[in-house]
Amino acid sequence: MAETDVIAPMVGKIIAVHVKPGDSIKENDPLVTLEAMKMEMPVPAPQAGTIKEVYVSEGDVVESDTILVTIE
Amino acid sequence: MQEFLRLLDKLVHMTGAANLTVGNFVMLAIGLGLIFLAIKRNLEPYELLPIGFGILLANLPLTRLMPENVAAVEVFKNGDFFGGIQQYGVLGVFYYFGLYYWNILPPLIFICIGAMTDFGPLIANPRMLLLGAAAQIGVFIAFFGALFLGFNLPEACSIGIIGGADGPTTIYTSAKLARHILPVTAAIAYIYMATVAFIQPPIMRLLTTKEERKIRMKQLRHVSKAEKVIFPAAGAVIIILLVPLSAPLIGMFMFGNLIRESGVVKRLTHAAQNELMNIVTIILMLCVGISMSAETMLKWETLKVLCLGLVAFAMGTAGGILLAKIMNFFSKNKINPLIGSAGVSAVPMAARMSQIVGQEEDPRNFLLMHAMGPNVAGVIGSAIAAGMFLTLMDAMGRV
Repeated sequence: MAETDVIAPMVGKIIAVHVKPGDSIKENDPLVTLEAMKMEMPVPAPQAGTIKEVYVSEGDVVESDTILVTIE
Repeated sequence: MQEFLRLLDKLVHMTGAANLTVGNFVMLAIGLGLIFLAIKRNLEPYELLPIGFGILLANLPLTRLMPENVAAVEVFKNGDFFGGIQQYGVLGVFYYFGLYYWNILPPLIFICIGAMTDFGPLIANPRMLLLGAAAQIGVFIAFFGALFLGFNLPEACSIGIIGGADGPTTIYTSAKLARHILPVTAAIAYIYMATVAFIQPPIMRLLTTKEERKIRMKQLRHVSKAEKVIFPAAGAVIIILLVPLSAPLIGMFMFGNLIRESGVVKRLTHAAQNELMNIVTIILMLCVGISMSAETMLKWETLKVLCLGLVAFAMGTAGGILLAKIMNFFSKNKINPLIGSAGVSAVPMAARMSQIVGQEEDPRNFLLMHAMGPNVAGVIGSAIAAGMFLTLMDAMGRV
């Protein structure tokens, strides 16, 4: 099955990570919660699958384009 | 003995309780209501909490915190400083000099807003300037509406500016043109900014189709440091050359942004974003609250301004959305019309609404950063609109 990288949609701070490697997820399940402009936004999964890798942890500041999670 | 009783009677009449009017009770309830909303609902607490407490103070009788008739206060006699304001204490002095006489608080807060603004999304996508401009349509509709409802020209300018959804700009314009309605316009501007979350989404849903709300926008390109430094400097020069009377606001706004982007004065940037912002917010918001006495607020005019403000706000929201839809006819890179509503300058509340309404339709659509483009353009737009009104009134000899 193809691997998909989920990238940060914008500059922001990771305030929660909801998945760990090995978790199986459905489409639109929240992967992490991103905070930008004092607003919290869930970053949902683009497809169903299994989490292969999580690259960020709580408190990280991410640029847009940063890879957050790989799904397979 | 009789002497003593007369004194006692006099003292009783000098208590605030003996002098409370029905209007005071109404305003006290409004003040408490705002404090409640700020604390319990976390609704724009930085504005509503000090405004609410200011209203309480303003409606407790006999405090001499504020002159009953600001216009009649004589501070200068025969060109010499006379000091007629001192007896009114700290809030009276802040109000008189900060807003009424010098009008320095709004420009000061613009330094702070500039230092907190990232023009990146606007520089990456300059056509967003058009959306920021389109949202100013609300300003002009409210302006003509106010004239129609019998307000005079300077009052209509001050009321129109509410449609820009920018508190400091509204205060600045009113303090220059129509000081007697400043408490009304300021209060209503802040009330609508606090309720953006209720006013905008229904209009946004009404004017867009499901497909439009689902449009995903191309990720913004990277903006270089040089671009970010040049923008405020060049922007200030160009705008002030075109509309000189926007200089007090635009000049401070762009200065604040320049110190931020220059990167060489970190202490100044930090101070503008934190200490200065907080100090000016406290003083400015208390001043707005303290000006809201029952006599100034509880009038028919206030109700008219409330309606005009709502129309202005709704039209501004609609203007941005509709222009975005029109622009989509001519461009390959489609714009999600939901970001058009962020052209009203309530930063970043209006941009948050674009994000929220967009994500309702498509959870993987992130419009926040795209919406910041029109949002910051809206701040520039309403400051320019204010400058244009000031120029118009100056040309007509009404300042």
